[in-house]
Amino acid sequence: MWCHLAVSRAVEDTNRRMLRARDAMDRHYAEPLDVPALARIAHVSPAHFSRTFRATFGETPHRYLQRRRVERAMFLLRSGDRSVTDICLEVGFTSLGTFSRTFRDIVGETPSDYRARGPLAPVPTCFAMSWMRPRG
Amino acid sequence: MFNALTISQIFVLDQDEALDFYVGKLGLEVNTDADLGFMRWLTINVPGQPDREILLERPGAPRMDDATAAQVRELLTKGAMAGTLFFSTDDCQKTYETLLAKGVEFTDQPTKRDYGIDCGLRDPFGNAIRFSQPL
Repeated sequence: MWCHLAVSRAVEDTNRRMLRARDAMDRHYAEPLDVPALARIAHVSPAHFSRTFRATFGETPHRYLQRRRVERAMFLLRSGDRSVTDICLEVGFTSLGTFSRTFRDIVGETPSDYRARGPLAPVPTCFAMSWMRPRG
Repeated sequence: MFNALTISQIFVLDQDEALDFYVGKLGLEVNTDADLGFMRWLTINVPGQPDREILLERPGAPRMDDATAAQVRELLTKGAMAGTLFFSTDDCQKTYETLLAKGVEFTDQPTKRDYGIDCGLRDPFGNAIRFSQPL
């Protein structure tokens, strides 16, 4: 019985530390992925960080960050009229080509076509950030 | 039909640790702390709002079997239990600075939005909390 509890406790501790690291990624999404820094936040070795993140959240840190950046780009595209290039750089991509291709792969349409859908409905930001994050 | 929403519930891993956080750091107050035998009924409220309680519930028997409780705790610590609380404040920036000084973990800093200035934090267990100063 206590053995099960010890295993559960370890999983919960790991989850909470990985969540802390993921929250840091959400804050600094426009900056390059810094696995050593995130591993320090999560109290795991850099070699283990990506595997543990994937086991916890079902995707690699790199993929999570891509989808976060695309979600932020989706928001910016439909909340103002900054250029696609400006938005690409603001959310952390360094190449317009990579941004456009990644956006299209994840969202299913080009940034311009997505923008053409028009303004967004007003919802609290935290919910928009969670629920509007594109799948894939 | 109904008159008001009186109690809402969030899961916590440990009720004493929850008190240290919600009362000790966030400044909420204990409403009811009763040993019912089968559970510890622990509720808190914003000072001055005793008719709007938050139940701090520990997942476990007899409400749920051990395996289910473990699942709940796993989801809670991943931030996926949706135990989100939204508060209002007169001064978002000042409250943020006060709580930051107490070691509270913030997920995002005070930011101006269409609806006001808000920011977000996490409790020790993974629940998300936001507070917002209306425009």
